[in-house]
Amino acid sequence: MKPRETTLEVGELKRPRRWHILVFLLPALIVYTAVMILPLIETLRQSFYNTVDGQYAFVGLGNFKVLFGDPRWAADFWNALRNNFVFFLIHMAVQNPIGIALAAMLSIPKLRFSAFYRTAIFLPTLLSFVIVGFIWKLILSPIWGVAPYLMDLVWLKWLFAPWLGRPDSALIAVSLISVWQYVGIPMMLIYAALLNIPDEVIEAAELDGVTGWSQFWKIKLPLVLPAIGIVSILTFVGNFNAFDLIYTVQGALAGPDGSTDILGTLLYRTFFGFQLQLGDRSMGATIAAIMFLIILAGVSLYLFVIQRRMRRYQF
Amino acid sequence: MSKARTSFARTGAVHVALIAYTLVALFPVFLTIANSFKSRNAIFREPLAIPTPETFSLIGYETVLKQGDFIGYFQNSVVVTVVSIALVLLFGAMAAFALSEYRFRGNTLMGLYLALGIMIPIRLGTVAILQGMVATNLVNTLTALILVYTAQGLPLAVFILSEFMRTVSDDLKNAGRIDGLSEYAIFFRLVLPLIRPAMATVAVFTMIPIWNDLWFPLILAPAETTKTVTLGSQIFIGQFVTNWNAVLSALSLAIFPVLVLYVIFSRQLIRGITAGAVK
Repeated sequence: MKPRETTLEVGELKRPRRWHILVFLLPALIVYTAVMILPLIETLRQSFYNTVDGQYAFVGLGNFKVLFGDPRWAADFWNALRNNFVFFLIHMAVQNPIGIALAAMLSIPKLRFSAFYRTAIFLPTLLSFVIVGFIWKLILSPIWGVAPYLMDLVWLKWLFAPWLGRPDSALIAVSLISVWQYVGIPMMLIYAALLNIPDEVIEAAELDGVTGWSQFWKIKLPLVLPAIGIVSILTFVGNFNAFDLIYTVQGALAGPDGSTDILGTLLYRTFFGFQLQLGDRSMGATIAAIMFLIILAGVSLYLFVIQRRMRRYQF
Repeated sequence: MSKARTSFARTGAVHVALIAYTLVALFPVFLTIANSFKSRNAIFREPLAIPTPETFSLIGYETVLKQGDFIGYFQNSVVVTVVSIALVLLFGAMAAFALSEYRFRGNTLMGLYLALGIMIPIRLGTVAILQGMVATNLVNTLTALILVYTAQGLPLAVFILSEFMRTVSDDLKNAGRIDGLSEYAIFFRLVLPLIRPAMATVAVFTMIPIWNDLWFPLILAPAETTKTVTLGSQIFIGQFVTNWNAVLSALSLAIFPVLVLYVIFSRQLIRGITAGAVK
């Protein structure tokens, strides 16, 4: 840090430098740039390179042409992309509403056992994909029979099927396992936001006769919208990076028949190879670049359109 | 009178809903732990029963504990997680303060630059990270993991913390300045205590992916001395796929440290949330 400061001293002659800004920023900036940004740039750079006639050479958009033009690559890619969107939509439709509902219930003042509920519901989020994947594989396994047994208790046994093994239901089953694991995150973020609503606002609402349901919809929900926005974008990013759970439950082939293949597993198979297929660094980097662009698009949408429109309240 | 009754009914309904969801959240964990103490026959005959003296068995644990060093794995995971979280919180809060408090040239750009890391999974750069770690001789050290996880956690920490720092009242900080506090004192003594709930939240969100990560331990630190709990249990379970006793015991052993850590940690989290809510 010191040598850097002396080189910047020239600027100090013009107007007082606010060194503290630099001091506050520098540690984060150094670690982040060296360990994250530079390796990422290097990986993206490799998406424009490939081995041609035994020579590692710049091929421009050649890798992307193969990905979208070659029928074998294109089929895999579009399948993974479509599955990834389904995966994301299930999270948005199931995980976030449940998270908001749980947070709203937990934030009721003087609710007994609320600490216990909060602790218990957040627990699955702390478990690793390895544990969650294996546990649910066991529970949903027809060999053990826990799931059909439980469904029998509520006369729903006829509904049971080996969901993880069927192409038409495997993706939904895996998504719901992921929802089960991660519902604690929207719950905690929105819970914290609900606690931050000043008592005066709630009191004023109560004086005006706005209580219960209508208080939640008209007062609290609008005030925690920024938190819901954060939750949504985190879900989007998380889902389009997802890999571990599907890898643990369905393996690197994301079976049955590729029905649970998402971009993360496609990237893994391409990058590092699987069974007889050799790892392809350049095509892997190409898929990584596409994932980068998709995520960039989603986050830009959030930052420049959605977040701008949200009103910020300062209490 | 009727108002009291409806509020009673509403509280009751809330409890029913919360208990129902709590059961959904805890049941799979309970099922795994309960069955890990049962004999093979009992696991299949009565999966939902808790172990009785007749069905009690530790055969799974015996199989699992004969191999590998779970205490060592646990230590590695704790060191990596705790050091990374400390660095993420300190560096992240400092950067978030700089971005949300001061207007300077390049502020927005800097914010966007740091936010990039939220959307790009650091995994996309794995090959180059591995090359870098090989070059600096950090492969198979916990330092490599700590560096990667600090870089991975920082963007989200900066993002969430600056959201919260904008809610800290300007009057308070200006009052501090009038009283002659330095910018560092304002940050450490006025702002940090006020955003403690947010720090606790960030700590939890930083901890989860670090503790659960399989990818980087596998690639950067797969040596026996640097294995983390997640990697260790993954290898265990992989070995015993058909031995249900061993699988359930290995799973329970992998859950156990998380449970302990969470019992310690959740108190802190709750204290953090209830103590200094930003008001």
